Amino acid sequence: MMADVILSVRDLTVEFQTPDGPKRAVDNISFDVHEHEVFGVVGESGSGKSVTMLAVMGLLPQGQARIAGGEVKFRGKSLLDLDTEGLRAIRGKHLSMIFQDPMTSLNPVIKIGSQIAEAIGLHQKGLSRSAIRDRAVELLGSVGVPNPGRRFDQYPHEFSGGMRQRAMIAMAIANDPSILIADEPTTALDVTIQAQVMEVLASVRERTGAAMILITHDLGLVAETADRVAVMYGGRVAELAGVDEIFAEPRHPYTVGLLASLPRLDASSSEQLYSIPGQPPGLRGRPSGCVFNPRCGLKRGRERCETEVPALREVAPAHAAACHFSEEVGDWVREVAAAKREAAL
Amino acid sequence: MTDMLRVTDLHKHFRLGGGFGRRAEILRAVNGVSFSIAKGETLGLVGESGCGKSTLGRAILGLQKPTSGSVELDGKDLLAMTKAERQRQRPRMQVVFQDPYASLDPRMSVHDIVAEPLRINGVYREARVKEMLDCVGLRPEMADQKPAQFSGGQRQRIAIARALALGPELIILDEPVSALDVSIQAQVINLLMRLQKEMGLTYLFVAHDLSVVRHISHRVAVMYLGKIVEMGTRDQVFGAPAHPYTQSLLSAVPVPDPKGRETRGRIVLKGDLPNPANPPSGCAFRTRCFKAQARCAEEVPELVDRTAPGHASACHFAGIHTKVC
Repeated sequence: MMADVILSVRDLTVEFQTPDGPKRAVDNISFDVHEHEVFGVVGESGSGKSVTMLAVMGLLPQGQARIAGGEVKFRGKSLLDLDTEGLRAIRGKHLSMIFQDPMTSLNPVIKIGSQIAEAIGLHQKGLSRSAIRDRAVELLGSVGVPNPGRRFDQYPHEFSGGMRQRAMIAMAIANDPSILIADEPTTALDVTIQAQVMEVLASVRERTGAAMILITHDLGLVAETADRVAVMYGGRVAELAGVDEIFAEPRHPYTVGLLASLPRLDASSSEQLYSIPGQPPGLRGRPSGCVFNPRCGLKRGRERCETEVPALREVAPAHAAACHFSEEVGDWVREVAAAKREAAL
Repeated sequence: MTDMLRVTDLHKHFRLGGGFGRRAEILRAVNGVSFSIAKGETLGLVGESGCGKSTLGRAILGLQKPTSGSVELDGKDLLAMTKAERQRQRPRMQVVFQDPYASLDPRMSVHDIVAEPLRINGVYREARVKEMLDCVGLRPEMADQKPAQFSGGQRQRIAIARALALGPELIILDEPVSALDVSIQAQVINLLMRLQKEMGLTYLFVAHDLSVVRHISHRVAVMYLGKIVEMGTRDQVFGAPAHPYTQSLLSAVPVPDPKGRETRGRIVLKGDLPNPANPPSGCAFRTRCFKAQARCAEEVPELVDRTAPGHASACHFAGIHTKVC
């Protein structure tokens, strides 16, 4: 049984001002996040994954970007209609965000403890200073910062990268949010530290029951943590399905290419990696029709790919893909694999 | 003698602080490293940030003067040479850096970037530049453009063309694909492997991404706090890791396959990298190690073949309780 929808995004479009006029960084995207789940958003740089989340949080850079259409609802309540005050009451309390680089998202001249205390004090008015301090120390301890009482009075530069990210997590969970949005939370960290931080996130979620949106370019991280996954490309959702379906039976040629181009630790290494030809499109040169069409191996010269934007449609139960020829993907993958085997012989 | 590069007991130390009567701390970024790479081979050098892998690459190139030790290129000791002799050896080894945004001069055209090493050595021919661009898959008309007009993957191709211009035998690749997106990363890896095959190049491939290293390397060395802790063929190091650090490093890499994720064993290391200026006594890894015993604090484990011939590890308890994935 599917849990209730907690966050619903419909036809969201975000435009950036460029010298050539407004350009769509996010183009008509829709998805739902359910209670308690981990929703993975994967994509390469420029795919629009971070911009989508900034739009959801009302954190788009003012004057440069605007929401040109669509709806974002948190528990049925529209977030886009809220004024700054209304948004502030929700942000940091019900929805909170963990950013990629804890060095730039923590204030270097304010003690770690005070930064966490600020997050608590903003949403829990009436708590005494000592109660806030106790809560902040407890939070630091709960994310595995050793000696939380002493660490409370230290500055960010006295924390290592992994410890800073723990402090960010402590701040994000200070008010028991229902959704944690983690934007590349471990990209700046080494793998052994990444493993520690992901473990902290898992234990925090187990304790609080929060849902998490995990934005990453790391398919491995998604495979290990997510329940459902959206694959983004060129500002659109290319494919959306449960994590097992996405990895076992991708139904969009981009997802297929992405998976095939990964060097793997757990597979015998072949001589050559599959590589998707060409480059991901920038904001300006977005192709018409399907954004992926100039790099697609399944296009086979068909005109429809260049003229008609494929809708994100259900191609199997609870499995959506935005490809006109999604039904051919399975056969195409087998064909390519067979050709590769033949070439190897 | 088929070793292209032989590094013996190489040290690179940095002095931190000191002066005004205070004692300087010594940071041993590279602390006694020895290895060799055969002609046409790729040695992958992995480790986390701060382990000294980039400093090692720079010390080999002579970009930073090693404190002690020897670096032999094709049997000739580079550190024992006069400066002029060393200059003559330079074209034989080249480097590709991580960040193609920082390593290319934004004011130079692609043609001039690739031509620069040729001009410095007085062997410039326009045809050679064209040949190099063609070799890395860039179109001839791109030669007049500036780096700003290229994406990350294309810039890295330019950097590779520049490194190839003088016909080197050894290329030190310092994180050459870590700034690139997955789909572009695969293009550059394939290019590097093709060039190696066609030109018989020798690579020292420095990276933190274990899957990439596994894909491209013949042999692999794992570094921790300035020392190599394990070295062997790719299949030895990835298939039967003997050092607990390698074991935990491998188990920490997320596998892009959700099947069986609940049952996958993972060794999560305690704590952070210790201060490299003040490393733990004995085995430097013991403070985070799940196998550490009293002996580890007292005795420095030597890097010697312990679990198989040609498979060296620096751990008193190498290979015991090996269980990864």
